[in-house]
Amino acid sequence: MNYLNSVKIAYRALFKNKTRSFLTMLGIIIGVGSVITMLAIGQGSSDSIKAEISQLGTNVIIVFPTAQQRGGVRSEAGTTQDLTEDHVTEIIAGCPSVRYATPVVYSTGQIIAGGQNWRTQIIGVYSDYLKIRNLEVELGTVYTAQDESRSGKVCLLGKTVSDNLFGEDVNPVGQTIRINRIPFKVIGVLEEKGQSMMGQDQDDMIIAPFSTVQKRIRAIDHINMIFISAVSENSIDQAIEEIDQVLRTHLKLVSGQEAPYDIRSQSEIVEMFSSTSRIMILLLASIAVISLIVGGIGIMNIMLVSVTERTREIGLRMAVGARKIDILFQFLIEAILLSVLGGIIGIIIGLISSQALSKILNWPTTVTPYSIIISFIFATAVGIFFGWYPARKAAKLHPIEALRYE
Amino acid sequence: MGNLITLRDITKIYDLGSVKVPALNEVNLEISTGEFIAIMGASGSGKSTLMNIIGCLDNPTSGEYYLDGINVDKLNSDQLANIRNKKLGFVFQSFNLLARTSALENVELPLFYNLEINSSKRKQLAQVALEMVNLSDRLDHQPNQLSGGQQQRVAIARALVNKPILLLADEPTGNLDSKTTVEIMKVLQELNQSGRTIILVTHEHDISEYAKRVVELKDGKIIKDHAMKNRRAD
Ligand SMILES: Nc1ncnc2c1ncn2[C@@H]1O[C@H](COP(=O)(O)OP(=O)(O)O)[C@@H](O)[C@H]1O
Ligand SMILES: [Mg+2]
Repeated sequence: MNYLNSVKIAYRALFKNKTRSFLTMLGIIIGVGSVITMLAIGQGSSDSIKAEISQLGTNVIIVFPTAQQRGGVRSEAGTTQDLTEDHVTEIIAGCPSVRYATPVVYSTGQIIAGGQNWRTQIIGVYSDYLKIRNLEVELGTVYTAQDESRSGKVCLLGKTVSDNLFGEDVNPVGQTIRINRIPFKVIGVLEEKGQSMMGQDQDDMIIAPFSTVQKRIRAIDHINMIFISAVSENSIDQAIEEIDQVLRTHLKLVSGQEAPYDIRSQSEIVEMFSSTSRIMILLLASIAVISLIVGGIGIMNIMLVSVTERTREIGLRMAVGARKIDILFQFLIEAILLSVLGGIIGIIIGLISSQALSKILNWPTTVTPYSIIISFIFATAVGIFFGWYPARKAAKLHPIEALRYE
Repeated sequence: MGNLITLRDITKIYDLGSVKVPALNEVNLEISTGEFIAIMGASGSGKSTLMNIIGCLDNPTSGEYYLDGINVDKLNSDQLANIRNKKLGFVFQSFNLLARTSALENVELPLFYNLEINSSKRKQLAQVALEMVNLSDRLDHQPNQLSGGQQQRVAIARALVNKPILLLADEPTGNLDSKTTVEIMKVLQELNQSGRTIILVTHEHDISEYAKRVVELKDGKIIKDHAMKNRRAD
């Protein structure tokens, strides 16, 4: 028997049982569909995180506090209060490979202007922050060193904040807003950055002098992190070394003692996020793979039922000249056809649902060709693997016993 | 030897582990081309067992079997399948047609397992076979759209489609009423008249009267082997 004939026979057998064939395929359809979608979500978010991080600025280095052992109690990441503005001053003074450095304090607050109300994030930084992050002021000006030293109550608005408080196409420069009831003068509006690929509005924030936010709004002594830019791309590693040296000296750390901070370059942060998103992809994919295996078991189940139901047919085929291998092929091809058809439909559904997720829910999804190839191969393999046993069972039947089967 | 079939001391014992069931006991039989032979006997006398061995569906426990000059008692399952495919045709009591499959496709089935025949040739041969049983107007009918007699005629066409040297029919009229029984037996008789060798298994005397020769089995042994004297005219 030639293979094309086998495929035809198998196709006819499946077509005669449309509903059952479809239901059997459903497992594979859902499996492959979810593999594609899961991988698309994983890939998409990893892509967008990378893009996001690359938007941080140029040659960026970030120092942030880490969890630390204190008398056997591990404190939560970011809660240590060991980093202060003094460290930033030391870095600026003692690191030749560093161009700009600024402490960062974050706060969230209720903003009131006129009758309008808006809740947003307030970032307290030196004005060099704008240079580190490549931010431009569209209207008005940046605050001065004087504003910084006097803890001046001035601020720069993100476009979203400006639009919501004052209305679109209104220049708010010179107006007064209240951040947590403290009056601030608006001296500038930042150029629109739009939505990040992760769907976050990057214009929904206020930038104000570091000392103002730290003292007047947060009323704290420590800082949340340090934003630094190296002199050039090639000096990033050198800068990190210098920063580490300065901080260790200043914090009086003995050699070998765990530092209460972490220094990361932009590319390291990309690496960090992509490794966590790789774990996420792996997790998502393994869930999807499990559903594929469940689909395969469904195929095996139906094929076993089918072999039993068609025992007499098998006997007849053997009587008219089918060899064991012909019968084996017939059922194996049926199983493979089920899984391959299911795989193709699953791929289509995966593509559609990935599109739908990004269109309707604004989730970033990226369907990679390799995810399609992998899931297709996997579906076929599932068909062969789970189709083998029922097909073997059919081929092993004795023609007379099969013909006599009731 | 000019015989189509030679059976020498064919013995078949079903080994069920705890018990051994003897079904055929040293059967000797010679059949030549063109014969129409009825194998008779009570239920359990070994008719089907003999038929299955002649039909290469089963191997004897001992003895020698020559079919068309080939010693087949030692062939493996693939070689037996090939002989069934090229040289034999089967008609069963329960028709054994594929459900939801047209008469034409049912008749084509044996040719699917013959690589030398392409699909257009297959179709053409199946049509010819259906013509022989007068079913040219029922090519597209599925088994559930055909009467019992018509279904058995489709089965006969299927048995003929590979131009077998031997047609084997095990109680072909067992599931049919008396009128269609006559119809089917006449078809078989006609086929024999046009030169085909037919072995028919039956336990009914009426039916054996269509054959030219009757072999009677009892407890796995041939007790009678004679020409049919009062053969039914058609
Ligand atoms: N597969 C089998 N396993 C065990 N015993 C069998 C089997 N097939 C037939 N027999 C036994 O062999 C004997 C002959 O059976 P069979 O050839 O079917 O008789 P008939 O067709 O004349 O009714 C019976 O005793 C039957 O029970
Ligand atoms: Mg019988």
